[in-house]
Amino acid sequence: MTLAVRAEGLVKRFGTTKALDGVDLAAPAGSILGVLGPNGAGKTTSVRILATLLRPDGGHATVAGHDVLRDPVGVRGRIGLTGQYASVDEELTGTENLVLIGRLLEMPRSSAKARAKELLERFGLTEAGNRAVKTYSGGMRRRLDLAASLVGRPEVLYLDEPTTGLDPRSRNQVWDMIGALTSEGVTVLLTTQYLEEADQLADRISVIDHGRVVAEGRADELKRHSGGQTLQVRLSDPDDVAATETILRELTGRPPTANHETGLLTTPANDPVLMSALVRGLDEAGITADELSLRLPSLDEAFLSITGQPADAAEPARDNEEEDDAA
Amino acid sequence: MSTTTVERPEHSDQQSRGAPRRVGPLRTLKHGLTLAGRSVLKIRKSPEGLLDVTLQPILFLAMFVYLLGGAIAGDTGAYLQQTLPGVMAMNMVFGSLGTGMQLNNDITKGVFDRFRSLPVARSAPLIGAVLGDVVRYAVSIAVLLIVATLMGFRIETDVVSAAAAIVLVIAFALCVCWISVMLGMLVKSQQALPGVAMSFMFPLTMGSNVFAPTETMPGWLQAWVSVNPVSKLADTARGLMIGGPVAGPLSATLVWMVALVAVFFPLALWAYRSRV
Repeated sequence: MTLAVRAEGLVKRFGTTKALDGVDLAAPAGSILGVLGPNGAGKTTSVRILATLLRPDGGHATVAGHDVLRDPVGVRGRIGLTGQYASVDEELTGTENLVLIGRLLEMPRSSAKARAKELLERFGLTEAGNRAVKTYSGGMRRRLDLAASLVGRPEVLYLDEPTTGLDPRSRNQVWDMIGALTSEGVTVLLTTQYLEEADQLADRISVIDHGRVVAEGRADELKRHSGGQTLQVRLSDPDDVAATETILRELTGRPPTANHETGLLTTPANDPVLMSALVRGLDEAGITADELSLRLPSLDEAFLSITGQPADAAEPARDNEEEDDAA
Repeated sequence: MSTTTVERPEHSDQQSRGAPRRVGPLRTLKHGLTLAGRSVLKIRKSPEGLLDVTLQPILFLAMFVYLLGGAIAGDTGAYLQQTLPGVMAMNMVFGSLGTGMQLNNDITKGVFDRFRSLPVARSAPLIGAVLGDVVRYAVSIAVLLIVATLMGFRIETDVVSAAAAIVLVIAFALCVCWISVMLGMLVKSQQALPGVAMSFMFPLTMGSNVFAPTETMPGWLQAWVSVNPVSKLADTARGLMIGGPVAGPLSATLVWMVALVAVFFPLALWAYRSRV
């Protein structure tokens, strides 16, 4: 398995803030690596280093076989970047933006135009191709960003929070387009704060928090790794919640999470016989349940158990400050 | 480049030879010209962006000529002849603000990050922005000359000398604009730039002999005005357009141009590198 992106021990400081504190990332060629973490975790800083826009203070990285420090030009010839910071010119039209990039990549004018047309078509922007980008909707803008990063047929594509701020429909469109990329053998490194996005798109996920990778694996591995299964009981009669709470506490030794209005109780289930014990207990007490289920935790719950904080309890957007500090 | 069908032929070639560590000067210039093309495209799209370098000098010229010209020179016609070459020179300093504004905008909006993630030379976006501005300056001078001609300005020398004056003024603009480029990199927001830039633009433009003869000023001001690069450039342009000594002010102007580039080009590049 060749790695298209390999980062080892990346360290980056902005003043006294340690934005990255030894980040390791690995993306096999042709796969999608999701880098998941809250605002300020170091996602954007990692991408900027891997795109040669920032120099790391420590560690090293190779992208498509080229070292980001020793051969940045070689890296730039093989990557595409779409994200919070790599943008298109709002005053130019979609076509003009794509042709400009093609020309900078030293394509002949006719090839640059043909490539622009092809990409606009693929991203459903043919009609909008001759309009200034500032007239585009958020979703169109993001699709053009994506198209712009593909002009040079990159081997590795960085997508830095590609759907942040998009409505669900536009987000799904962008997801479809990202999914389609890997069928062409493009390696994608995707950063996101949305667990659902990583769950949907990524082959492997690196969870990053406070500048460190705190977990790595496939989505289902991460879910399992983070505290086993959850037992969920939905009672027919919410009045039975108190009695059921007692039964569960006796079985597991700790109080379950209970909702007295909906009659829903959940508890971590590490003991495989818990389910049958509960069924017996409910039977004896004459309590009927509409639903009894064992499930893996959601990626949200996994994130909570890995980082010790909910995914959305992010600190004030440190990514932005990082950007200022870098300035 | 032996391959013809590959979209980016430099790939296959360079890969086999070991990729280059840097982008060579010729390709840097090529990328710079492509990016200059972008600036020109933007001027064509929104010509109103040229107002700062077209309307403002006309207002200055009209104001000084009709309001103060009689008082300063005794005759507005004679004053116009004296002042126009200087206004051309002054306008290049004010016009350089646009360069800094545009660069600052490109950086804050993330457009530069896109360029920098491409295999183009790091300095290409800077070079492109500055070269693209040659067009802005040329348009600005053309408009100014047309208006001045309508107001009664006449070239008293010959076309070649006048053309030389225009070329010199634009060349000066390309040297002085690195101050704005540097400031554009250093200020955090675009809004802050004009205020900061005025602190160098005002002494350069107003503290010159463009609008009034140096002899009428107090001694301490004369000391500055007589060495001010804008005074020197204005003197040269006057010599070339309405007659008078050229060699002296020209050599002083050229020394200033070299000095400005020698000091501010590296500083601008340093500010750019530390910013992006």
